[in-house]
Order: sequence, then C-alpha cells, then structure tokens
Amino acid sequence: MRKEAALPLAPAVNDQTYGYWEGTKIGELRLQTCGQCGSQWFPEAPVCPKCLSPDVEWKAVSGHGRLWSWIVMHQKAFPSYRDEGPYLCAFIQLDEGPLMISTLVDPPAELQCDLPVRVEFVDLDEDRAAPVFRVEP
Amino acid sequence: MADWVQSQSRSENVAASRQREDGTGATLSKDTTQAAIVGVGQTNFGELYARPQAPRDPYGLAAAALREALDDAGLTIADVDGLICSRVDYGRMATVLGLQHPRVVNSYEGSGRMSGVAVQTAASLIADGRAGVVALVYGNNGRSAEYKYAGQDSAPEVAKHDRMYGMTSPGAYVGMMWRRYQHQYDAPDGALAPVAINNRYHAARNPGAVMRDEITAEEYMQARWVADPLRLYDYCIINDGGVAMIITSAERARSLRKPPVRIAASASSGNLTNYYTSTDFFYGPCRETADRVYAQAGLRPEDIDCLEIYDNFTPVVLFTLEGFGHADRGTAWEWVKDGKLAFDRERPTNTCGGHTGESYMQGWSLHVEAVRQLRGEAEGRQVKDCRTAQYMCASPIVSSHILVRD
Repeated sequence: MRKEAALPLAPAVNDQTYGYWEGTKIGELRLQTCGQCGSQWFPEAPVCPKCLSPDVEWKAVSGHGRLWSWIVMHQKAFPSYRDEGPYLCAFIQLDEGPLMISTLVDPPAELQCDLPVRVEFVDLDEDRAAPVFRVEP
Repeated sequence: MADWVQSQSRSENVAASRQREDGTGATLSKDTTQAAIVGVGQTNFGELYARPQAPRDPYGLAAAALREALDDAGLTIADVDGLICSRVDYGRMATVLGLQHPRVVNSYEGSGRMSGVAVQTAASLIADGRAGVVALVYGNNGRSAEYKYAGQDSAPEVAKHDRMYGMTSPGAYVGMMWRRYQHQYDAPDGALAPVAINNRYHAARNPGAVMRDEITAEEYMQARWVADPLRLYDYCIINDGGVAMIITSAERARSLRKPPVRIAASASSGNLTNYYTSTDFFYGPCRETADRVYAQAGLRPEDIDCLEIYDNFTPVVLFTLEGFGHADRGTAWEWVKDGKLAFDRERPTNTCGGHTGESYMQGWSLHVEAVRQLRGEAEGRQVKDCRTAQYMCASPIVSSHILVRD
C-alpha cells in the first residue's frame, strides 16, 4: 500500500481516534477496551457495545490475527487509488476477536483463508501510520 | 415487526386448509384483518435505460409508478390515507402527489434492506387500523445521477477506517463473504454462474427488464473482475426507475379490481455490525426470520411456489437459499446447477430477472414480480399454478414475507 494512495482517505485525528493513531506511531495496534467489563472492539465507539459504559480507553493488543478473507479490487473507486492497478484488501480477524479491514504486505502467491498474520505499519504522516499485515512464515 | 402478525393471530382467525395437488396439505391461515397487496406499478426499466439523459427527477419516477399502481387497484389518490416512501423524501413526495393530509406518513432510506421493512410497516398500519389504504412509493435516479455506491460518496459513518486501504462498496464486502464461503464449502470459481445465468434467462423474458440478453457460462467467466472473486455479472445494475404498491386490508381487497395477494406472514431480524460482511453469511438472522415466517404462514420451504430473493450480488442468492431452508447449509452452490431456478423448473427464483438482469430497484420490483406471479400476470415467465410466493432479503436487516393468493 502506497502512502500517497491511503493518506487522503485516512480518518482524521480527533477525540475519537487520537488513541488509535497515537499507538500506530509507536508500533502498537490498539483497540478500545471497556474499563468496566473488559470488552474490546473496533472501530472506535463512544460507549462499550456490551455494557454501554463510557469508561473506554485504547489498549495495545497482540497484533496477531488471521486472514478471514480477501478481495482484489479492480474497480477504480477512489481518485487516490486510480493508478494503483488491482490491489488487495484483507479482512483480518484479530486474535482478540474484532475484525478489521486492512491489506497484506508482500503477500505470498498462494493465499488461503485463515493464514496467520501479524501487524506492521506504513507511515502516513507525522501523526498517523496505517496498520497493515504480513503473512507469518 | 412480528407484532402485527401476533395481534392477528389473537384476532378471529379463520383457518383454511388447502390440499395441494402433491398432497402435502399445507395449511394457510385466512384472516380478514391481514393486509393484502392490491395494486402494483412500475416504470419500464429497459426503456428508461435505453434513453440516458440528465438526472431524472426521482419524484416523477415514483409518481408514474404510483399512478399505475392506483389504476391497477381501481383506486384513486383520494383513497390513500397512508404514504410510505423510500429513497424519496416524504415531504416532497406528498407535495408532488397533492397528498396534504395523510393520516400516516413516513420515509425510509434508499437502501435495499428497506423495501421489505416498508411493506411490513404498511401491513402493520393496516392490521391495527391506523391507515386504511397505504401507498408505498420508491423513486431511484441512480443511473442518470451517476450514483456509484462506492468511493467518496459511500457511507461515511460505518467502515470509515476501511477506505484508506481502498476498500469500498457493498459488492466488495459481499466478495469477502463469497471467498470465505468458497473456502468453507469447497465452491469453485464459476459456482456463481448459474445464478447470473438464471437472472438473465428471466430478464430476457421480461419486457420491462434492462438486460434482455441471455448469457452463457463462458461469457460469465470471461467478464471482467470488479472485486475478485466477483465479476461483472455478479453485480446488480444501476438504473433509473420507480416502483409503487398499494396495501389495504384483505377484506377490502375482495372488492377491488385485481385478485388480492395476501401478506400471510412477515418477519425480520437485524444483523448490524460495522461491516456489510457477515461472518456467518447472514445464516443466523435468516434462520431466525425463516422460523417465524414459516410458522406464521403454516407453510414449509417446499410449499413455496416462487422465490423472489434480494440479490444485490449473486452470492446473496445462495446465502438466502440456505438461510431460509430452501437448500442445506453449504450446498446451495451445487443445488442451483442445471437450471433449477428457472420459472418452469423445480424452484422458480427471481423470475423477473432480479437485480442483475431486470433492474436494481432495491427489492421493490421483486415484490411486484411476486404479486404478478400470484395473479398469473407474468406472461412469458409465468410460474405454473403459482399460489404462494416468498420475498427474502439477506442484508443488515433480514426480512421475508410469504404472499398468497387465496
């Protein structure tokens, strides 16, 4: 994933996303975590979706997951991706449970569902890096 | 949404048994407080598609459909006391129609999941007496207004982290499900071809359809990828059109112009997450909806004569067939082979051509097709002796109705 393609589409740094982006700049993938019941979820939300507590903080997670599925996008939907050629989007299930869309870096020629993956980061700007995943050897 | 049906089952229920020719003896409850669809109307999607132009007025498309639906029912706009809109705003729509003082008025967003919800709402309004004649209207200028369902104009409130990876559009999220389904159930590339071919087979027999040419398996496989594993023919059309329905009580329906089509059962179930991708392919909420809708109607999946399945993308037809018990879990891709879904075969499905062949009217025109099949008006693609039809929508709001002609 080229940073020039991703940058115009990255969510802004704001009250809701600050903790997420802050983690990405120090190599941590973080999920919002409930201070009351311990649930973890993604993307960010104002209250815990299990117990509705507003006691929510971003906590680093393992960065390990598995490839639930993937697609190869051929359609040119975004101007910043116009010159990318077909590109891969991955649906990753983190070991902690939540699912997130990302992409794979240097994917092997033969992919299959459930391959183990591990997070890496692509720098976008001084405040943000995009989590991406590499298939584990 | 089950409330309206429950209230009816408490009311005086006259049960009538119908002995089918095959001897299965399905029982249909006959209840005069139930709602019936008494008028349907829609624009000719093919003609509109053939004449591209500057953005069409969706209110004009909706009004044209409503005029036809009223005429179909033998009613006038003065008879309408409830207005439910989708994809068009109720204030402008009511103004256009001169419907200044409806007893009930409401709008639903223009998403495919809402057509079933709108019909359920109308049925409950009729059942509890809050309205006597409900007009449902839908207008869509998606093609002439160049709506893409992807990219910058796609829903910003969900999946907002996804876009930086270039991920967008419901089709791509359905593609994620299809790849996973293939992995779980050993479905090969090309397994969706029978669904795409079936839709075009029916569209070729529907004078109002956009895509009138049949396709072969070879043409299916040679079509370009949109979001691999989905190809062009797996995708719904984007087109302009309007659809309308008139719903009133089954009792009043008896004195109207056309044979009434009774809404014998209806149920729904949410499946709301951040993603359109459902990790069980909507199986759980479909199963739950199915249990309720079949119980209400007193019917089994095999009792249904005609299936109308919301098919924004072809994999959803397979997910729906499994979730609603028409095929066993993980087997629908094999079950649909060899033309089984054709109007004159074992399981007539999407007999108008569906969303990839006829039009993408977001579930609305599939309701119209169910009504026309039940009335025997689907010339050229008519299901023989069609007495029961089922609408099913597997999406973030799963819904289903069973419609019957008594």
